[in-house]
Amino acid sequence: MKLNLVQSINLALKQEMTRDPNVVLLGEDIGKDGGVFRVTEGLWQQFGDNRVIDTPLAEVGIISVSIGMAIAGMKPVPEVQFDGFSLPMLDQLYNHAGRMRKRSQGRWHVPLVLRVPHGGGIRALEHHSESLEAFFTHIPGIKVVTPSGPYNAKGLLVSSIRDSDPVVFLEPKRIYRAIKEEVPEDEYTIPLNKAEVVQEGSDVTVIAWGAMQKIVREAVEQLAGKYSVEILDLLTLYPVDRKTIIDSVKKTGRAVVVHEAPRTCGYGAELIATINDQALLNLEAPVARVTGYDIPMPLPKLENYYIPDVTRINRAIENVMEF
Amino acid sequence: MPKKEMNIDLEIFQILNEDGRIANTREMPQLKDDDIKRMYESMVLARVFDDIALKLQREGRMLTYASLMGQEASQIGSALALEDEDWFVPSYRENGVFITRGFPMETLYLYWAGDERGMKIPDGMNALPVSIPVGSQVPHAVGIALANKLTEKKSVAVVYFGDGATSKGDFHEGLDFAGVFQVPCVFICQNNQWAISVPVKKQTAAETIAQKAIAYGIDGARVDGNDVFAVYKVVKGAIEKARVGKGPTLIECYTYRMENHTTADDWKKYRDPSEVEWWKHRDPIERLKKYMEDEGIWNEAYDKEVWDNAKAQVSEAVKKFESVPPPSPLDMFTNIYEELPPEIEEQRKDFE
Ligand SMILES: Cc1ncc(C[n+]2csc(CCOP(=O)(O)OP(=O)(O)O)c2C)c(N)n1
Ligand SMILES: [Mg+2]
Repeated sequence: MKLNLVQSINLALKQEMTRDPNVVLLGEDIGKDGGVFRVTEGLWQQFGDNRVIDTPLAEVGIISVSIGMAIAGMKPVPEVQFDGFSLPMLDQLYNHAGRMRKRSQGRWHVPLVLRVPHGGGIRALEHHSESLEAFFTHIPGIKVVTPSGPYNAKGLLVSSIRDSDPVVFLEPKRIYRAIKEEVPEDEYTIPLNKAEVVQEGSDVTVIAWGAMQKIVREAVEQLAGKYSVEILDLLTLYPVDRKTIIDSVKKTGRAVVVHEAPRTCGYGAELIATINDQALLNLEAPVARVTGYDIPMPLPKLENYYIPDVTRINRAIENVMEF
Repeated sequence: MPKKEMNIDLEIFQILNEDGRIANTREMPQLKDDDIKRMYESMVLARVFDDIALKLQREGRMLTYASLMGQEASQIGSALALEDEDWFVPSYRENGVFITRGFPMETLYLYWAGDERGMKIPDGMNALPVSIPVGSQVPHAVGIALANKLTEKKSVAVVYFGDGATSKGDFHEGLDFAGVFQVPCVFICQNNQWAISVPVKKQTAAETIAQKAIAYGIDGARVDGNDVFAVYKVVKGAIEKARVGKGPTLIECYTYRMENHTTADDWKKYRDPSEVEWWKHRDPIERLKKYMEDEGIWNEAYDKEVWDNAKAQVSEAVKKFESVPPPSPLDMFTNIYEELPPEIEEQRKDFE
């Protein structure tokens, strides 16, 4: 089956809801309306009011009620409409979802999956285009997963739903409908700590995730014949697959990290620290970062100047190669 | 029964009924013919602005747009009750209030076209920019009102939000603080029956939004939001009460969103067309027009003049909007801090 990202996530939800009656969706406009991105289209019709719950307009309510449901043995899969509105949820994620195991000394845990349409590039209004992965990876007790295409989205979402810890699932909204891939109808899972080597190479390692994968691949294609570039797609940001990263950097001796979020304290900083810890002496050049700037995400007229593009990525690769 | 005597009426307060007749002569505010004409002309202007916004959006000249069609009486009736020094704290649907308060229409168009320069509040105007995160602006108005109280200013803060926003913690916390500190703040909930696809009865189990005031110990009122006289009267009363230190009021304007939520939405997925049809007969502009005609202050010639004039103003605004050159990419780096820190300065250089 050729599916786009919206369809593959929809399929994963449908199959998991069929398999496990405890899987319940909550969110704003996810029922009859099928969600603002149509990710839950048809699920309310199939599963009804008790499985696909249109909530009042309150993000803190959505996450905290989900935490309660998860403690009581259900598998809530709440949706937040846009990334910018997930920020008030940080309190509940940090203080409760991520530490209920600790707070109850192992008696309770919080198996929920918070789905967050993530990142910019869709010409949306203010607060609809943020990249917040570093906020989530900084929370102890939470896993952070981000697919980059229809195939891995399905396998990762199924794994996330079956995981016994809270997972924040960042969906790159910019490519919701931009990529179609073969997605098996049959069940499969992708482990939540495994990065993918998208393309092997020997000169430089480029690390990216989510919507940036597509842009990185386009950029690297332009360098074909000039440099042998290895591309890593992290898929899970926490816990991250450090072995794949370190093995790759030890082989190439050079690395470029690409993300859309602002530079300072971005997730790239963590990756570079990890590389410095475990592969510093293998490096031929300082690790480069291509990121957003330390400014609020611009409105659509300027957002394309903010989001890393092919030119900036290739300039970083050239710089690292010529160091 | 609450111990303290509170002023809450859960009946829908109406002055001008659906047929354009005065249902409640005693309550009719003292308005000169020119005041009434101003109401009508402002509502027509808002409708034309709205219409053209939707057209520009369809043509791809704007990103998206949140229409106020059907809510003109709530917006214009309330906007005209504010004094110049009063604060206006909007959500994203208050284009009618913005315009009535004299905010440049071309600037609003710029905002909806995704241009940051559209967020610029003119000097001397006490207003906050459009607030997209639903309900988040409610406590800001309370803070402004508290500051006005502590610094003994006579200005009142008026905040707008939708029915959906009443589910947010921000709404609760804002009203709670307002009650505790007895601030000069007026809360205007435009209950347009829908929050995107979610009807108000799924937003709250309470029968009305106005009654929520009881729990915060503040006054509440429920107004026919398609009756410009009723809205004007109740909002004016609440503002003047707040101004003399007699505390905040929650006002529920009972109205209807005639259009899609925004241009990205399709109401046919979740609303019954007969419901929309029912509200069409309660159009706030038509209602006022009937009244004015009966009073002899409306005729065809006047009407043509009003609409032509509104269209001319809006097309002038569209012209200005379209002649604005594209923003400089370097604008991204402005208005972040008073002084740009070295980190961003370096990033800006790198960008160039
Ligand atoms: C905190 C937050 N959550 C979700 C959204 C997405 N959203 C935008 S408008 C809206 C519905 C708002 O309904 P209501 O408060 O009734 O105002 P209306 O749009 O009807 O004027 C939603 C869910 C948002 N902007 N902010
Ligand atoms: Mg509403």
